[in-house]
Amino acid sequence: MINEEAVHYSRILTEVTLSFHIIYATIGVGIPLFIMIAQWVGIRRNDEHYILLARRWTRGYAITVAVGVVTGTAIGLLLSLLWPNFMEVAGHIIALPLFMETFAFFFEAIFLGIYLYTWDRFDNQFKHLLLLVPVAIGAAFSAVFITTVNAFMNSPQGFEILNNELINVNPIEAMFNPSMPTKVSHVVATAFMTAAFILASIAAYRMVKGSKHIYHKKALHLTVTVGLVFSIASLIIGDFSGKYLAQYQPEKLAAAEWHFETSENAPLILMGQLTDDNEVRYALEIPSMLSILAYGNPSAEVIGLDQFSEDEIPPLYIHYLFDIMVGIGTLLIIVAAIYWLGIRRRWKFIKSKAFLWLLVFSGPLCMIAIESGWWLNEVGRQPWVLHGIMKTAEGATSSNQVELMLWLFTGLYVVLGIGSVIVLTRMFKKNPIERELAERNQ
Amino acid sequence: MDLEIIGILVLWTFLFGYVMIASIDFGAGFFNAYSEFTHKNHIISNIIQRYLSPVWEVTNVFLVFFFVGIVGFFPSSAFYYGTTLLVPVGIAVILLGIRGAYYAFATYGKNPAKHYTFLYGATGLLLPASLSIVLTISEGGFITMVNNAPVLDYWKLFTSPLTWSIVLLSITSLLYISAVFLTWYANKANDKKASNLLRKYALIWAFPTMITALGIMVELRAHNPTHFANLLNLWWMFAISFLFFLGTVWLLWKGKKFGIAFSLLVGQFAFAFYGYGFSHYPYLLYPYLTIYDGFTNEAMAISLIIAFILGLALLLPSLYLLMKLFLFNKTYIEGKNPSSKGVPSK
Ligand code: HDD
Ligand code: HEM
Ligand code: HEM
Repeated sequence: MINEEAVHYSRILTEVTLSFHIIYATIGVGIPLFIMIAQWVGIRRNDEHYILLARRWTRGYAITVAVGVVTGTAIGLLLSLLWPNFMEVAGHIIALPLFMETFAFFFEAIFLGIYLYTWDRFDNQFKHLLLLVPVAIGAAFSAVFITTVNAFMNSPQGFEILNNELINVNPIEAMFNPSMPTKVSHVVATAFMTAAFILASIAAYRMVKGSKHIYHKKALHLTVTVGLVFSIASLIIGDFSGKYLAQYQPEKLAAAEWHFETSENAPLILMGQLTDDNEVRYALEIPSMLSILAYGNPSAEVIGLDQFSEDEIPPLYIHYLFDIMVGIGTLLIIVAAIYWLGIRRRWKFIKSKAFLWLLVFSGPLCMIAIESGWWLNEVGRQPWVLHGIMKTAEGATSSNQVELMLWLFTGLYVVLGIGSVIVLTRMFKKNPIERELAERNQ
Repeated sequence: MDLEIIGILVLWTFLFGYVMIASIDFGAGFFNAYSEFTHKNHIISNIIQRYLSPVWEVTNVFLVFFFVGIVGFFPSSAFYYGTTLLVPVGIAVILLGIRGAYYAFATYGKNPAKHYTFLYGATGLLLPASLSIVLTISEGGFITMVNNAPVLDYWKLFTSPLTWSIVLLSITSLLYISAVFLTWYANKANDKKASNLLRKYALIWAFPTMITALGIMVELRAHNPTHFANLLNLWWMFAISFLFFLGTVWLLWKGKKFGIAFSLLVGQFAFAFYGYGFSHYPYLLYPYLTIYDGFTNEAMAISLIIAFILGLALLLPSLYLLMKLFLFNKTYIEGKNPSSKGVPSK
């Protein structure tokens, strides 16, 4: 009954759609916080630069949200269209957070519409700022609820199965599954971190291109400082995510770390290469570090892949995804910390082009970390769509037209992707900050 | 009342909300493209900028709400409809994507290119056509079970007169709904020229709407006699709907009280929509799926309903605020407010 071809194309279409949506969704979750901070600082200090920061960010944000809405609607429908069997089961147990997510969207969409179109309608600027609060809350809660669903897929609970029937369903217990606390907080923290570094990239880019305007310095300082806070938070929560994996999804952790034999004092393997008979070459090994990562204790025993049957082990390439994510996270903490210290201590080189270029790359690097993290999380769950309950292939559609849809949707994403980049660059190129400031002061 | 009935009522109500506001949105896109084509300058594009741009995301959420809700309340519908609707709904999503891109790139980024305006207008007609196919399929006869999996018979679907009469109805009624609303809105904005033009469109589309609606009755009688008999039992709902229709047309003809004309139109469609919905009861999909055997477990149903009530408590005041600012605010709709021209103004 399983249609292999349909499964194959459904997978690709899901991967493409989610990988595209997450770019805009992450920006959508993160940016409102920064608009809020900038507008607040601007009103408090009566500093027009910050107010303009908020305005310009908002203009860009309106466009990324629109693409987020379009791709999100696509995912929502595609989940039912491509994974009908999975959604039938999921609908019984985990529909509650999905349903609440739509309310979060509603809330966000309504206030975003109001916020965007009321910049000059209030005499008291604080009132206008207040309108942004529900936008930020709505966006963050969309992430919280959808990630709860994803956490459930990784550690399903809150129901029993008797003779192929679901019984004793408890939607609340399903929501608060073991994977939920770390996953939700890691996703939200990394979204804020990513938004920070993307905005920092833009400011740094302007400075590299020779702008000496204080406006960009203010923007860079604000975003990198907040980015530092959230990147440290991401690291700490990421460490807890590893501890969660060790306990509930040991095969995912073992595959991500190329940990083949169950052992104590397990070493952490960084990068490297795998031979055909699973020997690790050219890797950096840190003794006992995996045991520390997994249990906070250097002599703890870590379960290896030898405990699992061949067909329940996820693809081993997730090791690289894990290393990329952690590598980028660590690098950005260092860069942001150097910047922060450098500003205090008046180090010269943080104003140098080379260092600014590093900051220019921080945003795109963060986005790569987000993609790697999600791929690690999703591919690492394979072959399950519902961990331990339903295999991915069993969840898929039996339709024969998935390939056609794949091409159509890919075309749509190409148009949306290129279009959003063109519109955004044109919007800011045509209206540089120097000109906007001059016009406002007339 | 059964939980099943509460569930379907909630969903049907949101679908009704979507049908009404999406019709306004889709139709406006079409009229906009049409007036561009006939060089009636930008009479309508102002209204699109001022009214539709701030609310299109909200319109979209109504749809999201419906399809997330139906999988929540009736998980089996994911199995039957999910498997069979890949192509029609997939295409609808892509069309929605094109519309979203128009709002994002053209109105936020300002100068919409001409061919894009046409594309945007065309999606307004194609969307109801592809979405209304879901209603056709729900009448049964197009899906068969092969190896325990539902399969859609495309040939039968596209050669059935029922399909085409439903497509026609969706298009005519969307143009009608949209024209009536925009007449009222333009009139409120004191834009006499736009209001007159739209009033004309509304009158033009009124009678095709009625005729296609009758056409569906005829087709349904042959296609699904059970459903047809149920419809006849509810004849009074359709009679009320028809009276409302006459009221709207009369007011439009006289050229007065457009607000009341639009309220009557909402009444007309509400009675017809709920009448159709009740007569469909208890089937979600003839003859495979009823709301009773497709329903979720009790614990989930209760928690969804509680979430719904709490959500509404949050939502209704916010929606009211949105309407107050963009629908009923005189300076805004007349375009006198500095921020009514784009995002966010300088
Ligand atoms: C900017 C992005 C970013 C950065 C810098 C990091 N992460 Fe991450 N990570 C994510 C973005 C992300 C993510 C996209 O948010 C994921 C994917 C799914 C999820 O739950 O979060 C994720 C998942 C994820 C998982 C898998 C959880 C699971 O499958 O249940 C682990 C173990 C870590 N992370 C650990 C870390 C550690 C130790 C980091 C050290 C710096 C780190 N992450 C940095
Ligand atoms: C937005 C960030 C996400 C990304 C980038 C992502 C990416 C992926 C990838 C790469 C796979 C394929 C794994 C494989 O086949 O080897 C996958 C599978 C899947 N994901 Fe996610 N995912 C994300 C979030 C979610 C969430 C929040 C949900 C649920 C609500 C979800 C539902 C699914 C389902 C149903 C599958 C099974 C299909 C498959 O294996 O291809 N995903 N996802
Ligand atoms: C499979 C999983 C997902 C589904 C089904 C999904 C669904 C949706 C839908 C339907 C929308 C449009 C809502 C509207 O009409 O306003 C949307 C937008 C959004 N999604 Fe997703 N989404 C998924 C993954 C994610 C993830 C993983 C995140 C966050 C980390 C996220 C965050 C958002 C946000 C914040 C928006 C609002 C638009 C924006 O601000 O850019 N989504 N999503």
